[in-house]
Amino acid sequence: MFETSTLNARNQQVQRLVRILFLMMTLFLIVPVLIILGTLVVKGSSVISIDFLFTSPTEGMTAGGIFPALLGTVFLVAVDLVIAIPIGISAAIYLSEYAGNNWLTRVINLAIINLAGVPSIVHALFGLGAFVLFFGFGTSILAASLTLAIMTLPLVIVASKESMQAVPQAFREASWNMGATRWQTIRRVVLPNAIPGILTGLILEISRTAGETAPIMFTGAVFFTPFLPQGIFDQTMAMPLHLFVVATQVPGVPEDLPYGVALMLIALVLFMNALSIAFRAWLRGKKKW
Amino acid sequence: MNTASQAVSKQPTGLAIRTGDLNLWYGTFQALFDINLDIKQGIITSMIGPSGCGKSTFLRSVNRINERLGYVRIDGSIDVFGHNIYDAGVELVQVRKQIGMVFQRPNPLPISIRDNVLFGYNLHSENRHASKADKEGIVEDALKQVLLWDKVKDRLDQRGTELSLEEQQKLCIARLLPVKPGLLLMDEPCSALDPKGTEAVEELIWELRGKYTILIVTHNMAQARRASEECIFMLMGKVVEHTATEDMFVTPQNKETADYIEGRYG
Repeated sequence: MFETSTLNARNQQVQRLVRILFLMMTLFLIVPVLIILGTLVVKGSSVISIDFLFTSPTEGMTAGGIFPALLGTVFLVAVDLVIAIPIGISAAIYLSEYAGNNWLTRVINLAIINLAGVPSIVHALFGLGAFVLFFGFGTSILAASLTLAIMTLPLVIVASKESMQAVPQAFREASWNMGATRWQTIRRVVLPNAIPGILTGLILEISRTAGETAPIMFTGAVFFTPFLPQGIFDQTMAMPLHLFVVATQVPGVPEDLPYGVALMLIALVLFMNALSIAFRAWLRGKKKW
Repeated sequence: MNTASQAVSKQPTGLAIRTGDLNLWYGTFQALFDINLDIKQGIITSMIGPSGCGKSTFLRSVNRINERLGYVRIDGSIDVFGHNIYDAGVELVQVRKQIGMVFQRPNPLPISIRDNVLFGYNLHSENRHASKADKEGIVEDALKQVLLWDKVKDRLDQRGTELSLEEQQKLCIARLLPVKPGLLLMDEPCSALDPKGTEAVEELIWELRGKYTILIVTHNMAQARRASEECIFMLMGKVVEHTATEDMFVTPQNKETADYIEGRYG
């Protein structure tokens, strides 16, 4: 009574086929990643050295290192985080914990979604108009980081809000019923439980910020500076723009140099991600919040 | 609850809750009709009735947790220890301090057992600088009152969420005690527990009798009979009968009560 019938055999066949099809699709996804990383490592690793990391470009960008660009990108991301974290998390707290279901909330949510959908070149032009010209910050780290912050805020807000809403309502009720105010409940119950999710949002934000070219091109990043930036009102070099420059704009660049720059850009992003993941793991490991 | 602006009670002492013509609507649906109840201080009162009869709704209006829903409208008064908790000058935080609530599903916070017990206590700024020894004393006292101390005294740093459901529910009761509430509301506190856990929590509730006024909503008639001194039977948003538990189960005054108790519906 348990042997296969013809009809059932067909079902089994289809099921195996579908499984293989989906597996192929998944493998397809890995192929470009492997090719990109592989090419970069094979062609680029020869130029990477301590000197490459810690010297300036020389001889019209065709030799030397990437130190100003590396430092510039770290600066840009750091200033961006200083701006985006307080604003983003405050907005997320408001939307998750305070906002009622009314037209204002709906308008805000709509604005956030639309902000996330604006192309980065439009953000760049907005940054040029608003921060560089109107507020008079000039092309500077501050103007570029503000532009990046506006571009990445929706990511921070949405990720933070969702991780706060994932905190069970029963936790809040427990807290309210012992006489906690809304803020005490947020501070002692919601935020501690939401922090891992919020950090995940920030990790995404860092990756995107470090790699963006368009928004910083008009607002703060330059082709080449002989000096390292001294403050937030200075211009700076940045990794993505530097890559664009050595890959397309300067004649006579040795073939492996752009690959080396690209490899370092990816390494930088992965390093910053690893730092935040380690921080998240450390927070999770701590029993007391 | 102590501000001078509040109306002073004209009622005799000895009442924990007195409601006056309490009506409640969820949107256009009326869930409670003219509830007039006098619930005595220091005893255990149980509320029974079929699903949807309004007993949980009533419980939830007594600590004003219903109004968070937004579309709830309330008419009439609820006096707790002689003060109308729906008066304009009443601060919600003070209401909730006086009135502890235990939920159907135990909801300990994902922190240590010790921190769970101290959570409510630490919320109130006058307690923030209490010494470590004082706090240890409070933890021990609260856990002893809920008969949990001997089981957990060696692992107070373990997460509260790692305990068994029965122990979690006891912990949820324990964490209310350091805030010194006068009234404990329990919304089917045993419905998520197995029979053994139910027995243990009932024993604890009985143990707390006299020290706190307890109002317990239950689906379990045997539980109402075992673990309460007075009993309220509700049906379709109305109070049908409110007498000593013993009388209700032996000589119910209403036909509906008798039918329900004998399991003819519900």
